[in-house]
Amino acid sequence: MSSSKWLAVFAAACVLVLGLAACGGGDSSSSSSPSTSEESGETESGGGAPSTEASGEIAGAGSTAQEAAQKAWTAEFENANGGATISYDGVGSGGGREKFIAGAVAFAGSDTPLSEEEGELGKATKRCEPGELVEVPDYISPIAIVYNLPGVEELKLTPETLAKIFNQEIESWNDPEIAKENEGVELPETRIVPVNRSDESGTTENFTDYLSQAAPSVWTHEVSGEWPVKGGEAASGTSGVIEAVSAGEGAIGYADASQAGELGKALIQVGSNWAEPSPEAAAKVLDLSKEDPELEKGQKNVIAFEIDRKTEASGVYPIILVSSLIGCTKYKSADEAALVKAYFEYAISPEGQELAAEAAGSAPLSSALTKKVEAAVGAIE
Amino acid sequence: MAHFDTTTNAGQLLAAASGGRRRRGDRIFSNTAVIAAVTILALLAGVAIFLVSEGLPALTASSSELPHGESFLSYVAPLAFGTALAGVLAMIIAVPLAVAVALFITHIAPARIALWLGFVVDLLAAIPSIIYGLWGIFVLGPAAVPAMKWLEEKLGFLPIFEGPASITGRTMLVVGLVLAVMILPIVSAVAREVFSQTPRKLQEGAQALGATRWEMIKTTVLPFGKSSVMSGAMLGLGRALGETMAVAIILSVSGGVSFNLISQANPSTIAANIALNFPESSGLAINLLIATGLALFVITLATNFLARWIIARSEVK
Repeated sequence: MSSSKWLAVFAAACVLVLGLAACGGGDSSSSSSPSTSEESGETESGGGAPSTEASGEIAGAGSTAQEAAQKAWTAEFENANGGATISYDGVGSGGGREKFIAGAVAFAGSDTPLSEEEGELGKATKRCEPGELVEVPDYISPIAIVYNLPGVEELKLTPETLAKIFNQEIESWNDPEIAKENEGVELPETRIVPVNRSDESGTTENFTDYLSQAAPSVWTHEVSGEWPVKGGEAASGTSGVIEAVSAGEGAIGYADASQAGELGKALIQVGSNWAEPSPEAAAKVLDLSKEDPELEKGQKNVIAFEIDRKTEASGVYPIILVSSLIGCTKYKSADEAALVKAYFEYAISPEGQELAAEAAGSAPLSSALTKKVEAAVGAIE
Repeated sequence: MAHFDTTTNAGQLLAAASGGRRRRGDRIFSNTAVIAAVTILALLAGVAIFLVSEGLPALTASSSELPHGESFLSYVAPLAFGTALAGVLAMIIAVPLAVAVALFITHIAPARIALWLGFVVDLLAAIPSIIYGLWGIFVLGPAAVPAMKWLEEKLGFLPIFEGPASITGRTMLVVGLVLAVMILPIVSAVAREVFSQTPRKLQEGAQALGATRWEMIKTTVLPFGKSSVMSGAMLGLGRALGETMAVAIILSVSGGVSFNLISQANPSTIAANIALNFPESSGLAINLLIATGLALFVITLATNFLARWIIARSEVK
């Protein structure tokens, strides 16, 4: 008896719920018709809107070193220019150059300038026809030599010693060659474990370039994005290197200075001084460097440096990474060109550089360099 | 043959009895199945064509043209060695463990615990490989450092523990362990399935003859499941050979061919090498990487064929 009663209650409840649902359905269907008409009205007005928002959408790709800075720039730029959408894909410098040449992206970021050696400069020039190629440095960052030696607060290294450590010629921390420059520091007997990047990277390329310029007698390897010495500890990405150095006592590695965290940063000998990685000291290197005619090939909007790593000036830190923006003076549409120009101008402006320094710990371009770079970017039509 | 005929006749009779409706259903079903099978073949062929056409420029280029100034074979050989070493190491650790886990679940554990444990083991398969990689460098690697130092001191006379032991724990041994954990659920799921299907009659017969539980497992369950466990192991090996992220994150790749499992200089694997070098590569360097991918494809295919052949041969006996 009671079960059938419950059944009845259940059935009644079902009817009620169904009824409500039907009512609700009716409501929604009746209210949906005006809402669709509203929507269509909106799309109509939306269709007219783009004419007021002249800017559109551009995509860039390339260097992962620049990625943090690019993210900050795109966010701020989009804030300031309502209709603009800029995307930057950190696929790596090589991938970025390849995509730019193929026309898949409007601009690229690269840790090494386009060079004729790999045939990329010619291809990129062709891609920009009938316009011209634009290549300007937009991101300078010091590379720190980080080490993990508890108790050793300050470590001084000459370029030769540094090269010997990474060449695995000096194998113990209390080696007389290290001790010579670090009087009063108690160096442990720990084995030295040099940590390098296991992935191909612009950081490696810039670091090996430094070693081969500053210590040519020791470092006879070819300059390359791939680490040339076998048998060391290898880790992927900047974070991997930092993690490996932090984990292993006696480890020493090279990484973007902004990522060094609490690890010790070695002082490097420059002339008669000991230089510490800092944004100011890094930016100064480019002021002392000459432009490289081999990399520029007479193109007036390409600014590529032969970085002077051998400088002996004071207040300079020569182990730096220089990353560039690559674009064209002419694009298929004037809108696209205007957007690329506006974005490049923002990135190299003092505000943009300040933002990158905050976001990524990079070194702002010096005012002399900014003028040159502005002129090149100004050529975009 | 005769057996075959009777079944088709029965099928036709059934189809006729239901007025041809079943026939249409059959046709749709068989067509769908054929399309699915062809799609798989087409996909495989598509991948193979891509690998060959994109890898060809690197395969035909002279060694001086290639980015590393060495021939394709001498470039890919240490990578293939590293791939095989990591895969074999993972198999040596994972297969016995997976078989033991499967036996425990199917024959030893009480039903409720078995259910729960099976669920947990399956859950291991749901963890993305990048998480395994991070676990490897942050937890397992550092934890393995003292153990590897011990191995170097006590067993240093063996070439595989020659050392010097890594101070960070990013070694081939740790990679082998991580890969073993990754393939464990695949191998144990297959083993569990087949062990639980061992005919009851056989098991009861063995026990009736006075066999202990272990003897019963040894004489009935293991022989019954052998070929399936092997194919499960091959599935696992396939995953271990192709694993990219975990290896790329963990392994300190700076050595050539070396059996030393605990040092900082380890051979890279093909998949990890592609992941590490692809982003910054351009031109012929990309073709070279894709050509190494082709080599991995061939290695995996060969391993699978070999395994099928071994299984087929053992089944005939």
